[in-house]
Amino acid sequence: MNIALPALVPALPALGAAATFATGRRAPGYARPLAILPVAAAAVLALVTALQLGTGATLDVATRLTPTGGPEIWLGLHLDGYTSLISVLVGVVATCVQIYSTAYLRTDPRYPSYAALVSLFTAAMFLVVYSGDLILLLVGWEIMGICSYFLIGHHWETADARAASLKAFLVTKLGDVPFLFGIFLLGADAGTFRIQGVLAAAAHGQLHHPTLIALLLLAGVAGKSAQFPLHTWLPDAMAGPTPVSALIHAATMVAAGIYLVARLLPVFLLSGAALVVLAVMAGVTMVGSALCALAQDDIKRVLAYSTVGQLGYMAGALASGDREAAVFHLVSHGAFKALLFLAAGVLIHAAHTNSLSAMSRLPGLRDRVPDARWTLGIGLVALVGLPPFSGFFSKESVLTAAEHAATGDALTNGVGPAAAVPQVAGWIVLVTGLLTALLTAVYATRLWLLAFPSRRAAQAAKAQATAAAPVAEPGAPYSPELDEADPGQSEPAAMRWPLWVLAVPTIGFGVSSLRTDWLPKLLDGGSLRPSLPTAVLGTGVALAGVLIGYAAWRTATAKARRSPAEAAAPVPDPGRVLLGPLHGPAQHGFHLDRLYSLAFVRPTVAAAELVKFLDREVVEGYVQASGGTAKLLGWVVRRSQTGNAQTYLSALLAGVVLIAVFVAVGT
Amino acid sequence: MHLAYPAVLAALLFSIGVYGLLARRNAILVLMSVELMLNAVNLNLIAFDAWLRDALHAGQALTLFAITIAAAEIGLGLAIVLLVFRTRGTADVDRLRALGDRAAEVPAQFDGAATDNAAKGQAVK
Repeated sequence: MNIALPALVPALPALGAAATFATGRRAPGYARPLAILPVAAAAVLALVTALQLGTGATLDVATRLTPTGGPEIWLGLHLDGYTSLISVLVGVVATCVQIYSTAYLRTDPRYPSYAALVSLFTAAMFLVVYSGDLILLLVGWEIMGICSYFLIGHHWETADARAASLKAFLVTKLGDVPFLFGIFLLGADAGTFRIQGVLAAAAHGQLHHPTLIALLLLAGVAGKSAQFPLHTWLPDAMAGPTPVSALIHAATMVAAGIYLVARLLPVFLLSGAALVVLAVMAGVTMVGSALCALAQDDIKRVLAYSTVGQLGYMAGALASGDREAAVFHLVSHGAFKALLFLAAGVLIHAAHTNSLSAMSRLPGLRDRVPDARWTLGIGLVALVGLPPFSGFFSKESVLTAAEHAATGDALTNGVGPAAAVPQVAGWIVLVTGLLTALLTAVYATRLWLLAFPSRRAAQAAKAQATAAAPVAEPGAPYSPELDEADPGQSEPAAMRWPLWVLAVPTIGFGVSSLRTDWLPKLLDGGSLRPSLPTAVLGTGVALAGVLIGYAAWRTATAKARRSPAEAAAPVPDPGRVLLGPLHGPAQHGFHLDRLYSLAFVRPTVAAAELVKFLDREVVEGYVQASGGTAKLLGWVVRRSQTGNAQTYLSALLAGVVLIAVFVAVGT
Repeated sequence: MHLAYPAVLAALLFSIGVYGLLARRNAILVLMSVELMLNAVNLNLIAFDAWLRDALHAGQALTLFAITIAAAEIGLGLAIVLLVFRTRGTADVDRLRALGDRAAEVPAQFDGAATDNAAKGQAVK
């Protein structure tokens, strides 16, 4: 197989980004082709590479980049079924997003830099996926981080976007520092940074600090993949343009952490403690984010919290030792979440607002955006996990993995011994996973009912708020987006058909897991078929969630209708009914931001104030004092410069006499 | 003749010159005092030349040389005094202090912190 082919996959978008950066200002007309063509070509090449590689084969090539005196750094590619699957996903989603962006950011003056950053991000993600060396992977990892920072801050005119981009950058960096040390420790223990070498060392028991390594790496994974307690940046990151949220903060970058753990799973399997930590992290993340999603008013924030929760599922699958299920859910989630975000983008574009309660007051919305309505529905059903959509199969595979781990025979598929997975990790993932499935169904139903109320309900709501302009619910966290286009126009084709492209895998991808010689053969070869108890339980829970959500909505609507006097009454919100007193805290992410602000931001600011005081008052005091003393001495000397020559001569004479006397006495 | 007589005379002349240089206010008289000091030195040169019986008479030669130079120098000095008198209307040495440091009245240290802050490029509150 030709090495140039996989090497070109990350190189093409990078070159496209460079070309867009170079020509964007002088020839903005080339920005669109330069944005789409390299990414699309890379997607095709990724597909060709995957097809050439075939199933069950691996390719590992490397050339030494630099000797370091310690473990050397290699420019290495590693291809196997996992890279094939994820690189094709990245290519397809990135291409869809680039095409969608040409319409979504049609009038944006900074479109060229935006497109270049998306291309650069795509290149970095390909690099992370294909990399066969941990240091090379880290390079891609950090480029993704900086692209994410720039793209969240795309609308840097707004204070929200600036704050969100800084927060995302700092929080992910907080995880990346331990991550870097984890890589160093791993390299030092294994004697190499090459992933194959590391895995071989793990297999032969040469890693002396597996728990420490795994925990350090988990910090970086938590930051990148937005797991508790470092997940707080992701909901705020929705201040970026919607296509960016779809590509980076839903489908690809946040999955990089999961992918990394999947690649290094044998290392994690060496440490039961790390797996339990991962399971607890995933469980807290899943349930907490689902509760938060139920209370959000901003449609993008709902989807963001849902992303956090679904990433929790993937982390849970990894904690159960089944990387097949994690990657399966990663890919199906990447497709349906990108679809959900792009459909939400169409909705925002049409409704001119992010707010769900404002959308529910717009009566014509359901007829204005038929494509978005259908595809959003498809995406939500996949998110809820109803058969036969892809989300059902991937979620069930996660639950099955957790069930097996809980009973002690984890589905490690030959990556490690089944006994390496603690049963408690499986139990945590299983219980929280089922609970989250219920909550997910509730908030997905709520999202659907609020965004597209029935015509009658919409009319009623409109009559209720006749004069009131659509405004967001007061006090709710909200990431306003500068609307990119005139809402009077219908959505261009470039914003509609990427939805249908992504809807295909959302509907059909899950079926590929049914036979072991289809999708599982590409991966480790284990079964991904859902087991009967979890399938029944999961589907039942999801259906129950849908019903609960609908019932709560009916209750809320009925209550609102009984008291029509309150003209300014909030839109009937099932989340408010269900959560009760929890609604307020959940809306603000359980005040985790405030806690962090108290625990970390304030002390940091206070320390900065102290340093400022020491610098301004103490260090600068010395400088000022030395300057002042010199000035004072100068003043004394200047006083003697009277301009009277006879005074000078008198002083000269006195000096001569003194010297003469001293010389005479001295000799 | 004993060496003491010319030596004492020269010392007296020099002292009178020094006194005149430091105490007189008129620039012409200051110049005259300088001449007195110069000639005291010349007297010493000649006296010691005779006392040491120098075969080359270097002392006398140097004296002639010094007298010549002094003539040129006093001419230049008088010309300067003349010009100063013409422009300033006075030849009073005490009042010719244009080269003195007049700004050295108050050190800038105590002018207040505002100008310092401004100089550091920080906001003046």
